[in-house]
Amino acid sequence: MTEVVLEVENLHVRYGGIEAVKGISLAVGEGEIVTLIGGNGAGKTTTLKTISGVKRPESGQIRFRGQPIQSKAAHEIVALGVCQVPEGRKIFPRMTVYENLEMGAYGRRDGAGFDEDFERVFALFPVLKERSEQPGGTLSGGEQQMLAIGRGLMSRPRLLMLDEPSLGLAPLLVERIYELLREIHRQGTTILLVEQNAHMALNLADRGYVLESGTIALEDRADALLGNDAVRRAYLGEE
Amino acid sequence: MRCANGLIDQFWAQTRNGITLGAIYAMIAIGYTMVYGVLQLINFAHSEVFMVATVVSLYAFRDWYGVTEPLTGGTLLLVLLITLIPAMIASGLTAVAIERLAYRPLRRRRAPRLSFLISAIGASLSIQYLFNLMDGNHSLLFIPLPNVLGAAPQEIPDVVSSKPLFSIFGTPWNGQQLLVIAVAVLMMIILDLLVRRTKLGRGIRAVAQDPETASLMGVSIDRIIVVTFLIGGAMAGAAGVLYSVRFHFTQWNIGFLPGIKAFTAAVLGGIGNIRGAMLGGLLLGMVEAYGVACTAPQWADVISFGVLVAVLMFRPTGILGERGVA
Ligand SMILES: Nc1ncnc2c1ncn2[C@@H]1O[C@H](COP(=O)(O)OP(=O)(O)O)[C@@H](O)[C@H]1O
Ligand SMILES: [Mg+2]
Repeated sequence: MTEVVLEVENLHVRYGGIEAVKGISLAVGEGEIVTLIGGNGAGKTTTLKTISGVKRPESGQIRFRGQPIQSKAAHEIVALGVCQVPEGRKIFPRMTVYENLEMGAYGRRDGAGFDEDFERVFALFPVLKERSEQPGGTLSGGEQQMLAIGRGLMSRPRLLMLDEPSLGLAPLLVERIYELLREIHRQGTTILLVEQNAHMALNLADRGYVLESGTIALEDRADALLGNDAVRRAYLGEE
Repeated sequence: MRCANGLIDQFWAQTRNGITLGAIYAMIAIGYTMVYGVLQLINFAHSEVFMVATVVSLYAFRDWYGVTEPLTGGTLLLVLLITLIPAMIASGLTAVAIERLAYRPLRRRRAPRLSFLISAIGASLSIQYLFNLMDGNHSLLFIPLPNVLGAAPQEIPDVVSSKPLFSIFGTPWNGQQLLVIAVAVLMMIILDLLVRRTKLGRGIRAVAQDPETASLMGVSIDRIIVVTFLIGGAMAGAAGVLYSVRFHFTQWNIGFLPGIKAFTAAVLGGIGNIRGAMLGGLLLGMVEAYGVACTAPQWADVISFGVLVAVLMFRPTGILGERGVA
């Protein structure tokens, strides 16, 4: 692995009496695509929320480029270059598409590069340009996912974390979203991808972690996980 | 028949009164609605934020600038400006202090809604009675309180003449009424632009629509909450100056009625909705004024609160609906 961008060490997170994440460790290297797969309720979203700082861990370490971030506020973590595209898109429904994209750049201090980033996002997702004056809430599911990703890119993240970008989308749209993720990665963004759709995620990723009831059950190269019998049975729907 | 005759006789005069009063309600209502937008909380201590500005007006007009007779022209504008600025700052800071002391500790503890409501009422009464006791004769824990206001009403000198300037349909308008409307409209336009067109406004709207996602975009929620209290407080501060120009007195509990009517206005327009608060304020002022024409002045408060009850019963989301700050 090249330089480590994100390191999670022995992370524990609970909601009241429920321990949702039970001591997981993972790492993402510069330029990698790493996926975290697991069934419903495994603790994937909780892990991402804790990295992003909207949920506090009970114990454990989270380091971004060597700097501990587990006690930083969410807006400070974004400013460091960690951006999350949340589960269910979470578009601001009463803001226009353009304003949603502006929200993505909210934490940025540099005024320059703004237009360039809009151009980049509009080049990746031309439909957002066509709809830029429309309220975000009027977009279709696929368009909203594109807007959520575009909004994430507006922060110029060093690490882009996506929580189930394929959720609720038709297969053709999922293919399209994944092509775009590949392109975003090619342009130089490190990606941590959370998915239930293990097949798509493992085909895209370099490495993968399998999360089961709050613990890491397996970790390996993505192609090895695709060939792993247990993974094939549990997550790829094969007998 | 009394009602119809009253309405016909007083229609234009009450239209004037309703717009003037409604403009003041609207400006106070903005603070209720903005705070509700970002925190889903009714800041009942907002009445006292307004009261503080009437006290600043009292000192500004009476003592600092020694106004003894109505002013005109450039002097008037200057005196108004250098009263509006400290009043808006004082009210804004009062609102921020209320947030810090009465709400933030509860937020940190994730307290239930009811705690916030009780804390709001507690903050409101504490501030009222603090001003009541600040007459130079009382101490708080052995610290003598300054003579700021006290229990008795204090007269505020007239800074704008009440002489009629012109008539519309036989109804005279004076400078006080015009000033209230002009300043209120100007402030509301500025606020509307701020919320809709600036980055800060986008931050406020984002927190109102989805606080967690807003924080994932790099918005500091605490900072937005402080700014929201500050802006809502400053608007109530401007309303306090206008109220002083129009009604010429203040008192420790002067905020209570305008405050609760502004709350009614915010509910009428759709709580959380800024343009709704503006519209609701204006409508409530008009309804109250026409209601008075139809009955008698002592019915004004009954009419306003009748509107509140009716809105809550028949259209709890208000005229424009609860749409968050946007
Ligand atoms: N806000 C919450 N309050 C209580 N329990 C929660 C909350 N969010 C998630 N959980 C619980 O934590 C566990 C992990 O949930 P989550 O991280 O959302 O899983 P995943 O994203 O993998 O589907 C589940 O058992 C879920 O019920
Ligand atoms: Mg999830």
